[in-house]
Amino acid sequence: MDKTVNQKAWFLVLPVFAVVAFSAILPLMTVVNYSMQDTFGNNQFFWNGVGWFKELLGPSTDLGSRFFASLWRNLFFSAVILAIEVPLGIVIALSMPTKGWTVAACLVILALPLLIPWNVVGTIWQIFGREDIGLLGYVLNHIGLHYNYVANDIDAWITIIVMDVWHWTSLVALLCYAGLKSIPDAYYQAAQIDGASRWSVFTAIQLPKMNRVLLIAVLLRFMDSFMIYTEPFVVTGGGPGNSTTFISIELVKIALGQFDLGKAAALSLVYNLIILIVCWVFYTVMTNAGIERPQKEGVA
Amino acid sequence: MARIDLVDLAHSYGGNDAAPESFALKPISMTWRQGGAYALLGPSGCGKTTLLNLISGIVTPSRGKILFDGVDITLRSTRERNIAQVFQFPVIYDTMTVGQNLAFPLKNRGVPKVEVDKRVAEIARLLDLTADLKRKATRLTADAKQKISLGRGLVRSDVAAVLFDEPLTVIDPELKWQLRSKLKALHRELDLTMIYVTHDQTEALTFADTVVVMHDGRVVQSGTPAELFEKPAHTFVGYFIGSPGMNIIAAEVKGREARIDGHTIALNCGYDALPAGAKIEIGVRPEFVEVAAPTAGLLKAKIDRIDDLGRIRFARVRVGDVKFAARVPGRFAPSEGCVGLKFDPANVHVYADSRLVEGAA
Amino acid sequence: MHTIPGRRIIMSLFLIFLLLPIYWLVNMSFKTNSEIVSTMTLWPHHPTLQHYVRIFTDESWYSGYINSLEYVVINTVLSVSIALPAAYAFSRYRFLGDKHLFFWLLSNRMAPAAVYALPFFNLYSAIGLFDTPWAVALAHCIFNVPLAVWILEGFVSGVPREIDETAFLDGYSFRRFFLKILVPLIASGIGVAAFFCFMFSWVELLLARTLTTVNAKPISAIMTRTVSAAGMDWGLLAAAGVLTIIPGALVIWFVRNYIARGFALGRV
Repeated sequence: MDKTVNQKAWFLVLPVFAVVAFSAILPLMTVVNYSMQDTFGNNQFFWNGVGWFKELLGPSTDLGSRFFASLWRNLFFSAVILAIEVPLGIVIALSMPTKGWTVAACLVILALPLLIPWNVVGTIWQIFGREDIGLLGYVLNHIGLHYNYVANDIDAWITIIVMDVWHWTSLVALLCYAGLKSIPDAYYQAAQIDGASRWSVFTAIQLPKMNRVLLIAVLLRFMDSFMIYTEPFVVTGGGPGNSTTFISIELVKIALGQFDLGKAAALSLVYNLIILIVCWVFYTVMTNAGIERPQKEGVA
Repeated sequence: MARIDLVDLAHSYGGNDAAPESFALKPISMTWRQGGAYALLGPSGCGKTTLLNLISGIVTPSRGKILFDGVDITLRSTRERNIAQVFQFPVIYDTMTVGQNLAFPLKNRGVPKVEVDKRVAEIARLLDLTADLKRKATRLTADAKQKISLGRGLVRSDVAAVLFDEPLTVIDPELKWQLRSKLKALHRELDLTMIYVTHDQTEALTFADTVVVMHDGRVVQSGTPAELFEKPAHTFVGYFIGSPGMNIIAAEVKGREARIDGHTIALNCGYDALPAGAKIEIGVRPEFVEVAAPTAGLLKAKIDRIDDLGRIRFARVRVGDVKFAARVPGRFAPSEGCVGLKFDPANVHVYADSRLVEGAA
Repeated sequence: MHTIPGRRIIMSLFLIFLLLPIYWLVNMSFKTNSEIVSTMTLWPHHPTLQHYVRIFTDESWYSGYINSLEYVVINTVLSVSIALPAAYAFSRYRFLGDKHLFFWLLSNRMAPAAVYALPFFNLYSAIGLFDTPWAVALAHCIFNVPLAVWILEGFVSGVPREIDETAFLDGYSFRRFFLKILVPLIASGIGVAAFFCFMFSWVELLLARTLTTVNAKPISAIMTRTVSAAGMDWGLLAAAGVLTIIPGALVIWFVRNYIARGFALGRV
């Protein structure tokens, strides 16, 4: 569809721009402001230039070491959950029933974890994993595995990962399902006629057609997992020690716990910048992938 | 290459116990000649796609049998039937090149590489795709993609029949003509059984040796284009084929005469044994009705307009309430709104309950 | 051909995996606290409604749900209404900076809430909206408005331009065309956008907690109050949790056919 050039369209966009700018730019300005200043309290600020950033990005300082440690934790976490959730989501999408009332039933149950407030998700798993009152903790400990997410680093990590898989795989599955449903029957019929094996149908037809939604799913999951805060906070509070302290948890600790405005602001900006860069990369890849593909095959 | 026999084949999407009238395909038995070029012609919903899908195996019939060369393949899967089907929109494998697309069906059947390359090159040559073999299939135009779809069907040397489901729907008009000619040439060269489903009579009449006209789940008539044109077995065929279609009007028929609106027309044959209580109509193609100056001996009609198609002119007239089309001869120019109609008795047919009645000579 | 072998088992196992922790929560919500800490039972041996009764009768508890609902509804209505004209603009027109604006909007969807916690705290205190549902509703606009614009733009693009042009030719003013013609055509898109806005606002915790203290406290903040001298009030916590799942479950149940249909249409 051809779009006409019309600068008056800005009027239509103005409310959106105003609201989002108000929520985004103003606070960001404060953040930038704080990031370059230091205070002795009593609302007296003096210029610190890039001092905070130097401290943040220097691995030997306290702030810097905390930042890099939490950065690695975030990257590791995102990598692991992507490696689990994307293939699992695809498998679930392929396992959806094809017709009947079971379709709606599956969709409802799949969507359920997505609609639970994140703190309740944390609470559910916090309870579930405890040995005394939680089914999982009880069963694991009774069959001989010593499982304690409060005291043991690895157990804490496993709990958080399983919780995220429980929470978000459905999103990947639903997106992939939407992509799969859009494939016209004729493709499968042609594959039957061509004598294609089940695996070929997957690699030659289904996977390519799911390209776009997979990219969206990976983008969303990477972003959301990189920014994760509530669920791990409720379950482990960042511990034991700081083994599960992600960047966001670190940031909130510094900002709202210590009220260390300058450091918090600098960390915020760097955090935001990382996300922006990844987002931009994905966006460019996505729009270019759209350009490469020619006009959709005509359907009568 | 196969002779295809349909034995009492019927299908209902609502299951075998559905009401007989609701069947998408009512019981039909017919034979498709080996190496024949057939067109399945009919309006949307007449069952032609259902019939095609039954032959290819995409749909399993509620009732009846299908035989390929005498072998009952009704319950065999699509893969085992060795047919090829080209769909309404091009179906290609996005991630593969043109060459890989064409090779795909052979690779799946374990054909050795040397043989695969040979066949692919041959089919590519037939379809003028040789230049594009290394290009990614998604980048080609719609008609090239349809050729790839077709090629995937032809590349298997044991293919029994090629089925087409309105394959030119998404092709540009100029390219439609080219592709149609290419299909006809391929048919002559490869001597395959080809069944072509369409709702466009021009496509059907130019492609096929035998046209099978369907209506409401039934085969109404099957014959050469000439037969369909000159002697439609059903009023629907008469109306559907030809542009403009056959004129159909209620009449009283007795002996060798038909009475319409109080006016008598002579008929070529005698019709004495017409079924009682049936709806009697006569049908005559506009090409065989002439307009003339209104005289007492001719059936009267009011002119709506005259369509000038260049080499022939048709007058759209009205007999009472019924719309009629008739040829305007030579220089004839109607003076007032009324004309008389002259009928060629040799080409006036009688229909009872929409079916052709054979008269006695 | 569409599906994989063993899909019934895979699906069943996964659905059980999803339902098990929820079932456990529901199970606990009907148990007394003494039963919870003393035994491990698969269903309540002495079932009780005491926790639910407490929540429904104690104002400090049910006000939490009401507060949460308040800002979620405000946010959903606000986000969708301002996103509609913007989605139309992005779909139909090219204008100066449109691509950059769209990207900037999307990037806000990806903003980490943690970054905004402190600045919002200062901002909303400064303008006196702190501790009101409006603060949370406006704060959530950062992610919900771009999301709504993104979803709605897709649906508006699905409506052929010819419809706009016909309407204008017929003499419709822009406002009338928008409200009487366009909106009904993308009704399912509005539903999807409203659903996602509702969902993201309902589940978000960090900002909702940061921007409220007493009056507008959401249920998520109140749930942290379950520690007392007698130890953690697990049953109460569980009941509160179950009640937060219910709106979500109800919403999906009612839109399940739209979701199934929407997927069948091939529109993500």
